[in-house]
Amino acid sequence: MKILVCISHVPDTTSKINFSENNTKFDSNGVQYVINPYDEFALTRAMWFKEKQGATVTVVNIGNATTEPTLRKALAIGADEAIRVNTEAIDGFAVAKEISEVAKNGGFDIILAGKESIDYNGGMVPGMVATLLNYNFVNACIGLEIEGNKATISREIDGGKELLSCNLPIVIAGQKGLVEEKDLKIPNMRGIMMARKKPLTVVEPVNNELKTSTNSFEKPAAKSACKIVDNVDELVNLLHNEAKVI
Amino acid sequence: MSVLVFAESTSEGKFKKSSFEVTSYGKKIAEQLSTNLVVLTINATENDSLYNYGAEKVLNVSKTNLTSFNAKTYASIIKQAAIKENAKVVIIDSNINGLYLAPIVAVKLNAGYASNAVEIPSSVSPFTVKRKAFSNKAFNNCTISTEIKIVGLAKNSYGVVENLVSGTTEDFSPEIAESNIKVESVEQTTGKVTIADADIVVSGGRGLKGPENWGMVEELATILGAATACSKPVSDLGWRPHSEHVGQTGKPVASNLYIAIGISGAIQHLAGINSSKVKVVINTDAEAPFFKAADYGIVGDAFEVIPNLIEKLKEFKANNA
Ligand SMILES: Cc1cc2nc3c(=O)[nH]c(=O)nc-3n(C[C@H](O)[C@H](O)[C@H](O)COP(=O)(O)OP(=O)(O)OC[C@H]3O[C@@H](n4cnc5c(N)ncnc54)[C@H](O)[C@@H]3O)c2cc1C
Repeated sequence: MKILVCISHVPDTTSKINFSENNTKFDSNGVQYVINPYDEFALTRAMWFKEKQGATVTVVNIGNATTEPTLRKALAIGADEAIRVNTEAIDGFAVAKEISEVAKNGGFDIILAGKESIDYNGGMVPGMVATLLNYNFVNACIGLEIEGNKATISREIDGGKELLSCNLPIVIAGQKGLVEEKDLKIPNMRGIMMARKKPLTVVEPVNNELKTSTNSFEKPAAKSACKIVDNVDELVNLLHNEAKVI
Repeated sequence: MSVLVFAESTSEGKFKKSSFEVTSYGKKIAEQLSTNLVVLTINATENDSLYNYGAEKVLNVSKTNLTSFNAKTYASIIKQAAIKENAKVVIIDSNINGLYLAPIVAVKLNAGYASNAVEIPSSVSPFTVKRKAFSNKAFNNCTISTEIKIVGLAKNSYGVVENLVSGTTEDFSPEIAESNIKVESVEQTTGKVTIADADIVVSGGRGLKGPENWGMVEELATILGAATACSKPVSDLGWRPHSEHVGQTGKPVASNLYIAIGISGAIQHLAGINSSKVKVVINTDAEAPFFKAADYGIVGDAFEVIPNLIEKLKEFKANNA
């Protein structure tokens, strides 16, 4: 079983989001980068398949050299090899094209990703990769089992879940539930040492066409101060007459 | 040329409020482009209701073998409708199913796609739309440069806008390919408001001490017709199901009213609920960060405030029924 895990390199969830150059660039000053939390669930599930079912795990990132520490972290957690496609991730479609190229060359049975990255929240890369490759695709996955050539998948739906089955190859976009929070792995010293020796291959992009681009950023408008109320009578009155929400 | 909206319906064929919202939004963009709006529906039973929101033409697919949602099949239907109607903009709700199928549609139409849009395009040439980014901590103005553009609309961002037109509904019979993905079973709670659909969300945090104390949260939600939600540690501790976890790494909330009980207001929590219009916090600690993000707050013990609030709301509902 060959698994490809897509890793996005994103600002840590506690980061203050600021922009520079007249709000046209993300300001990475003082920002700590991490493996996208949704991708971490995917990577952890991949490690489970490695341990229990002998899978080999490759991680891939589309990005410039600054993303390499994030890929090394994935290797330290236990991935066998890493691939970095040497171009900036600007447009989800373009990123999906690069990943599908890597996938074509690697002959993967399963491509695991997070359902979105917490920077641009596009939520489009996994579905696009699957469609470009003509693989089966399940989004918002909260459970995945593989037996031979068959995948059984739980998908979150509005107000519940559904159980799906299909044949490999498959692209999965995961979230919490794929593994539990407590199963997430922190790299240990041995993992970090071994990661230094694992292959990290840099490949050049195949495609430079962008279908979308960001021309500027905005921050939410400043909020007016919170009204502190003394009792529930006043609260109900304000919610009804002022906010008009009940 | 046209603008195509996909309006999803429930398994009973009924539209949700968000279907009217995407239709209203599509109408506005059609006006910006001086063109017509076409709304695509699948097994919908109340197509006429879309005329109220500007749908001049409805294409309805009625196929008995399409009873459950299938992303690839639906995406293929949307693609065929877009080609038939020469659509230049395709609008899809950024809800759980819409986010699933839109990227598939984008590849099939070789189109650029912007999800979670919050406003009408600020310009149509170039086509630029403001969308949510950094998990609600910011927005980006995204330009789509392909001939066909796919826009996903974030819930409760444009609103439902009445615009009665005299519309017509046509039957549409696209080719339907067999799906490789089999639905084995579905577990869905019925009769309960979901976080995605709710106008009001009542949410509890670790300040509620334990799962046994959720009775009052549920009672409050029932009175308000609200969905229940929780902070991440509450679901990690197993006090509440994962499906209730809201925030940056949980479900997003974009309700009209969000009531946070015993939640401190960590940055990751706030990121996910920030799109709610009115926020209320109830917390013993006046220094809790949530007070900076809320519109109304009560500094007090939830175990006293919530039972009082429930009594007061019962009275209010009785008087305003
Ligand atoms: C990568 C990452 C992702 C995360 N994603 C999310 C996310 O998506 N969603 C999320 O919620 N969190 C998320 N978190 C966790 C977040 O940082 C906070 O730890 C969490 O939101 C705190 O939950 P809480 O407010 O319920 O608990 P606490 O922070 O423990 O707050 C409890 C609050 O209850 C108050 N309180 C205590 N007793 C009472 C009482 N009797 N009456 C009223 N108030 C009382 C206290 O004053 C306190 O403010 C994430 C963290 C990380 C690192």
